[in-house]
Amino acid sequence: MHVFVVLCRLAWRYLWRNHRRTIVMLSAIAIGAWAMIFMTALTRGMVDQMIVDGISVIPGHVLIHDPDYLDDPSVNNRVALSDAELDERFGGAGFAGWSSRVRVPAIVTSERESRGVTLLGIDPEAERSFAFFDYDDVDGRFLEAPDDKGVVLGAKLADTLETRVGKRVVLMSQDPDNEIADRGFRVVGLFHAEMDATEESFAFVGKRTAQDMLRIGDSVSEVVFVGDDYRDVEPVYEKVAALVDDSVRVSRWTEVDTYLGTMMGMMDGFMLIWVIVIFLALSFGLVNTLVMAVFERIREIGLMLALGMKPAMILGQIIIESMMLLAVGLLIGDVLAWVTIKPLEGGIDISIVAEGMEMFGASSTLYPSFDIDDVILANVVVMILGFLASLSPAWRASRYEPVEAITKV
Amino acid sequence: MNIVLRLAWRNLWRHSRRTWLTIGAMVFSNVLLVFMISLQFGMYGLMIDNTLKVFSGHMQVQAPGYKDDQKMRQVVPDVQPLAAHLRSELASDTIAARGWAFGLASSAERSYGIGIYGVEPDFEPQVSNIPGLIEEGRYLDDTNATEIVIGTMLARNLRIGIGDELTLLGSGVDGSFAAAVVNVVGIFGSGVKEIDRNIAQMPLGAFQDIFYMNGAGHQVVLLAPDLGQADILQARVETALSDDSDLVVHGWDELQPGLKQAIQADMSSAFFMYGILVILVAFSVLNTQLMSVLERTHEFGIVMSLGLKPGRLGRLVMLETAMMGFIGMILGALAGALFTTWFTVNGFTYPGMEEMVANFNLPGRVYPRATLVSSFAGPLVVFLFTLAAAVYPALRLHRLHPVEAMRTT
Repeated sequence: MHVFVVLCRLAWRYLWRNHRRTIVMLSAIAIGAWAMIFMTALTRGMVDQMIVDGISVIPGHVLIHDPDYLDDPSVNNRVALSDAELDERFGGAGFAGWSSRVRVPAIVTSERESRGVTLLGIDPEAERSFAFFDYDDVDGRFLEAPDDKGVVLGAKLADTLETRVGKRVVLMSQDPDNEIADRGFRVVGLFHAEMDATEESFAFVGKRTAQDMLRIGDSVSEVVFVGDDYRDVEPVYEKVAALVDDSVRVSRWTEVDTYLGTMMGMMDGFMLIWVIVIFLALSFGLVNTLVMAVFERIREIGLMLALGMKPAMILGQIIIESMMLLAVGLLIGDVLAWVTIKPLEGGIDISIVAEGMEMFGASSTLYPSFDIDDVILANVVVMILGFLASLSPAWRASRYEPVEAITKV
Repeated sequence: MNIVLRLAWRNLWRHSRRTWLTIGAMVFSNVLLVFMISLQFGMYGLMIDNTLKVFSGHMQVQAPGYKDDQKMRQVVPDVQPLAAHLRSELASDTIAARGWAFGLASSAERSYGIGIYGVEPDFEPQVSNIPGLIEEGRYLDDTNATEIVIGTMLARNLRIGIGDELTLLGSGVDGSFAAAVVNVVGIFGSGVKEIDRNIAQMPLGAFQDIFYMNGAGHQVVLLAPDLGQADILQARVETALSDDSDLVVHGWDELQPGLKQAIQADMSSAFFMYGILVILVAFSVLNTQLMSVLERTHEFGIVMSLGLKPGRLGRLVMLETAMMGFIGMILGALAGALFTTWFTVNGFTYPGMEEMVANFNLPGRVYPRATLVSSFAGPLVVFLFTLAAAVYPALRLHRLHPVEAMRTT
């Protein structure tokens, strides 16, 4: 232990012998660390927001469909369980929230225009806790019961259709026999969403009303379940899977929205690659610094060896030197990142590229998120890789022949 | 060889390991830069091409307001004569008239809402990719035939093939009910799900009949020889439109605002990353050159007392840096181009890429191509930063006092 303390003190002093070199290297490491964390915070913030927005249009963490539904979301591919059976199976199972929906492609027509939408027949009460959007923040009113006769459209869609609360629209789809199924609805409410695409794509009606219109009795297109955390849906998934047989397909939300699912998985990969790339760019300088530090004190190293210091000590001392350099640099970088990210956490307005961000599925305010796990990961990865990179110069330094080293000019 | 050059060259290799490590840092960053920039701009090109050549062209003539609302009645009257007029006025073939309507397409088994384009069979191939993507059957050939070409996914979802009938339902330009039965004559496959699932093309003449267009359409699509010439063409189109017409010309960036912004957003985050890489390399160089100046203090003292001006020594240091930077630039550009070329042949993809890029109308595998610009843009910037990094060590020489310098060992 005592030896270790001495080695540390030695390493620290060596570090400041050539303070200019150390300061240049420290700045490089600090900038690198800052960039790692800052960039990750921005990206992490964007992805988090995308997932929150994205889940809000599924919504549900685990879903049950007919096996063919995801590929062919037609009225013919319905869940092979009636409403009564669903209640019996899931009603008492203690889910944080669950509901069933009719979800089919449809066309909405006003006296002026027609547009394609996803028709959602929902049970508003059952879904309230995990709603698509805040059901209270609706112009007019939201649906009140499964047999509500009204329709709620997005504000943007209503604009295009030139309709408004109180006017009538026609929804048109197909029934299981491919007969046209249509019905007039009074627009009772207009909802607002983070993204235009959401406002344009959905029409909400009561579940019973939708079932009547589509002539599908009491069957539904999907059953959804929510758990406590969208990042970890396995417990819910397993619970649901245990309650059904293979006449239906149970999916996690990441499988339904593959873009977001991929995005979430990709985020960690991106983070790691970015950290490694920066480290590699730094590593050349780090190794260079160590090589120089060893080179300019070959004679001292020779002397120490001649006086009986073990090669392992030399090796250890140089590695400690490298670790200290990295640790101080990382610390400065971490602090710098924290200082720059904190003031931005209220959100960065990037509405200048709002429509572009919408293509990514992101909204126009970016909330950087300073995630402590990301910071730890970046620091640990750099320390480990830094350790590996310093092995070679340190090893070479410890292998000098004392006599040769001392006499070296 | 000039004596200064020879001196600089020899100084460079005094510590060959250090020099190679510094060059290594440059080459590493350069390879990354060349590859990333080639990939990035290749993808932007594809994004623009795929989006513009399927949907919007480089510019469109439309009725005012149509761009934002896409309402049926915001028409371009007598659209074919207008397109013909523009073709002769501008002496260009890459101009075609289109109509667009939303409708419900029903086969014997299924119904889906789709976007239906009415196109001129003779001219559409000049402005759109779709006619060239026909996988089965043939493209449209007669402007009045009640025929339609649809995407592969739509054909699969509707469960129909060549020769089958498709019923279209929608609303006409005056809001009246429009219906027709058309024959599927061709199926196209673009590889992008959204396109293959949601779009169909039929002859403009038949389209006008079905939707009561009375000779009108919604857009005249124009394609410039390349994107760079789009602005010039747009100005010519504006003058070619008669003065009393209230039609407007929109460029691609107005028609697809998301596309340009997505590129901008992506570019700014990419340039942030490139900037960090370049700065890290610059620090590496700064460190090396500072060391190389400091360790020669004694030697510099001697030559200065012999009458050498500090400015000349400074130029020597800059020359050394330039040599090192030049080697780094050439090696980096070559290695980067080679690395990129490997992907030009084999294609670049990663797990999940298909889901990630589908929003941008990109295929799941791209083939980046290293051009002269993409191979040298990054390395050149690195070279310039390398030179800038050597300024401080070079200027330090002016502060050197010959006698004191000679005393340092």
